[in-house]
Amino acid sequence: MDFFNYWVVIALMMTGLYIVMAQQNLVKKLLGLNIFQTAIFILYISVAKVLGGTAPIYTESATLYSNPLPHVLILTAIVVGIATMALALALVVRIHGAYGSIEDDEIRDRSKQ
Amino acid sequence: MISHLPILQVVLPLLAAPACLIFVRARSIWLFTCLACLLTFGISVALFLHVSDVGPLSYEVGGWPAPWGIEYTIDSLSSYVLLLVSAIAAVVILAANSSLGPELPERQQPAFYVLFLLCLTGLLGIVATGDVFNVFVFLEVSSLATYALIALGRQRQALWAAYQYLIVGTIGASFFLVGIGFLYALTGTLNMSDLSERLVEVEQQQLLAVAFGFVVVGIALKMALLPLHGWLPNAYAFAPSIATTFLAASATKVSLYLFIRLYYGVFGAETVDALLPVSIVFLLLGIIAVLAASLVAFRQSDVKRMLAFSSIAQIGYMAVGIGVGSTLGLQASLLHLFNHAFIKGALFLAVASVVYRTGSSQIDAFRGLGYRMPWTMAGLVLASLSLIGVPLTAGFVSKWFLVLAAIESGLWVVVLIVLVGSFISLFYLWKIVELAYSKSDSEASRNEAPPLMLIALWVLVIANIYFGIDTRLTVGASASAAATLIEGAPW
Amino acid sequence: MIVTQALDVVLLLLLVMTAVAIARVKDLFATVMLSGIYGLLSASFFVLMDAVDVAFTEASVGAGIFPLLMLAVLSFVGRYEADSKRRVALPVFLLTLVSGAVLLLATTQMPAFGGEDTPAQQHVAVRYIEDSPQEIGIPNMVTSVLASYRGFDTLGEVLVIFTATIGVVVVLLGVVQPGKARSLPADEDMADHKVLRIVGKMLIPLILLFALYVQFHGDYGPGGGFQAGVIFATGIILYAMLFGLSNAQRVLPMPLLRGLTALGVMIYGSVGVAGLLAGGNFLDYSVLASDPVSGQHLGILLIELGVGVTVASSMVLIFYAFSLTTSSDGSVER
Repeated sequence: MDFFNYWVVIALMMTGLYIVMAQQNLVKKLLGLNIFQTAIFILYISVAKVLGGTAPIYTESATLYSNPLPHVLILTAIVVGIATMALALALVVRIHGAYGSIEDDEIRDRSKQ
Repeated sequence: MISHLPILQVVLPLLAAPACLIFVRARSIWLFTCLACLLTFGISVALFLHVSDVGPLSYEVGGWPAPWGIEYTIDSLSSYVLLLVSAIAAVVILAANSSLGPELPERQQPAFYVLFLLCLTGLLGIVATGDVFNVFVFLEVSSLATYALIALGRQRQALWAAYQYLIVGTIGASFFLVGIGFLYALTGTLNMSDLSERLVEVEQQQLLAVAFGFVVVGIALKMALLPLHGWLPNAYAFAPSIATTFLAASATKVSLYLFIRLYYGVFGAETVDALLPVSIVFLLLGIIAVLAASLVAFRQSDVKRMLAFSSIAQIGYMAVGIGVGSTLGLQASLLHLFNHAFIKGALFLAVASVVYRTGSSQIDAFRGLGYRMPWTMAGLVLASLSLIGVPLTAGFVSKWFLVLAAIESGLWVVVLIVLVGSFISLFYLWKIVELAYSKSDSEASRNEAPPLMLIALWVLVIANIYFGIDTRLTVGASASAAATLIEGAPW
Repeated sequence: MIVTQALDVVLLLLLVMTAVAIARVKDLFATVMLSGIYGLLSASFFVLMDAVDVAFTEASVGAGIFPLLMLAVLSFVGRYEADSKRRVALPVFLLTLVSGAVLLLATTQMPAFGGEDTPAQQHVAVRYIEDSPQEIGIPNMVTSVLASYRGFDTLGEVLVIFTATIGVVVVLLGVVQPGKARSLPADEDMADHKVLRIVGKMLIPLILLFALYVQFHGDYGPGGGFQAGVIFATGIILYAMLFGLSNAQRVLPMPLLRGLTALGVMIYGSVGVAGLLAGGNFLDYSVLASDPVSGQHLGILLIELGVGVTVASSMVLIFYAFSLTTSSDGSVER
């Protein structure tokens, strides 16, 4: 149980990475990237958790809080992630317009012409 | 005032980028960007002088002391790289207005300048900061700006190159994020100097190895170290020429800086090498990169692609310097990092001028250009000599130090590789020069590049000669930076 | 404690199952829906981990913006993957399997999950937890760290959004200086959907109001500029979907949004420069008022405003860009 969260993180990371590398479809690759990035979020947030603690918002009654720092880092990382995705999707739309395909191998073929 | 310069170095281009949108005409935005880049360069000169005279500077952003707040640290290494990046930006931007003319519709040019400034901000931020998570944020600022800059290229392949680089770059940045996440779990800190102190006490060796592995692979992807270089040739070949010039001269250099900073300055080379064979891998990959990428460069018919593969080879030299593992080897890497920026800047700017006049970067387009664009081609020849490593050029100085470092460590094979690599580069550059000075059939009149492009090109060419003769600045700064890093002198 | 751990296991296993399903399903529309679920599951997990601010953001991004953008893209590129290449890439599969195994071994050296004496809990974080309520004067420690201790990261984050927006607009429309933007087709697609329109009319003001609440309540509870900006943008986007893009553009024209996106960054940066001018360091809010705590209050209020302005206008601008682009690429000659 001590490491279960981290094992799931690894499983998700590898699934995401596999999708990015093995799939031909450009949209699918981005979904893989999203899974990979979310796995990183889970890693950080798991590191921050203190069992028996509460959300890091000060109240009179609470004495034990989870760590706010990784939360802050991941807030930033989520925003960076969605910004990257938006740009990537814009590129996908234009690639579809320019090549008539969003499959990796087909675009490679047409690039050479 | 001097105490605030570290942050102003980054904040000035940062605020200039959104401020660009006040202007409407592309030309006004260009002038404004030039001004911002010149001021940024001025700040980096002041910082460089201050650091070499007085010593390192530290800055607590938000007034919070490290490790609770974000710290900026400017030491001999970072001031040296800041000077390089901002100098390149200031020179390249001079030529941008002319070069973009035929390559980018005028209504898209404002975006180019905004993205250029954002990219510069990101690169400077990576170099100036002393906080590993802050590195990630600025890495992504520069990366996103770079993807968009590449996508502005004229041909449809530019979009494809931008997408490919986006995927690889995001994986690289994510790996980096995973690595620092593990390091945070082990030490509880993100501040670089704090991290280096606390890493010594970490007992979980395997996890530490994994953390270092993620960080190193992440940076190596951004650095285009063979075999992780796949994104680079298309990106350089299809981006607008002026964007290629800036990226080739600065972006991979900053990634190399980041590697050197973390590997030597934070993790400690010996600590890492006890867990992972980083220096041996760098030596081997560097050697392969020099040989293989140079050979592939020889086979290219597009000059931008040829120079892109040459860049991969040159990154190989820098990796070899790190792989040698001595202070002198690191110094050679730092020298080549600096000198190669001016070499490739000049070469790509010469190609940009050719694209401006002929509309093509295919090698056939160079036929007879020695007569039609004599100044541009003269600049190209001088920069080529520097790339090959002919004495009295900057390229000679860095290769000379690399050879010295190899001899010192008894690695004769490296000496051989440097010589072979230089020979191959002589051959592929000769292909261009030979064509340029062969008489073409059509009796075209002289048609030189626009004045600002020529001025920018020659500033870089003269820098190549100057740093080949007067080596006090480069050798002095790289020596003190290497010594500080290896002997672990305090920041 | 037992309940927490049981929920933890269930949610994480559901996440893995969703991820595997995304890898296997060929229908892109279905995979996008699955990633929405993935986002929602991870947001629920973050609540369980006490990361309420992160959960809020992940819910709006992972289950909101991301699937929305994906659907917009699918409307251009079609719903199905090419079917011819239905094969498992064995080398890649083995590579990920082996790296996964190595990582699995290494993570057994991680400090045990949930402990309160791990390095992560002991060092830097202690000050944020024990001193920030006094030093900054607001109860939400995440907001304190985000906006003040590590305020420079957040400036970088706003810059990332700005960069991406400029990138998206120039990639899709070819311009960031509108004025020459193409004229819009009058879209009356939704005119017949009276129920949707009336419900929308009732919801949109509430959404905008809620955005303002989230914007200014971030000091005390979960929320802040980013979440508020996203919610505000959602209200506008809903309006654009129900009443047509041209109507939305009359309220918020592109040049205005472009200006606002830049303005948010400028507000944030100016607060930093104000700190400099008042004799402190960049982004030092303590010098902005007579006593440090009210200075911190003022600084955080202003920079959160900057974040909100940039995020809201960026999201709407990105939505416009995806709506206005034509897949057949008329903007640039290629």
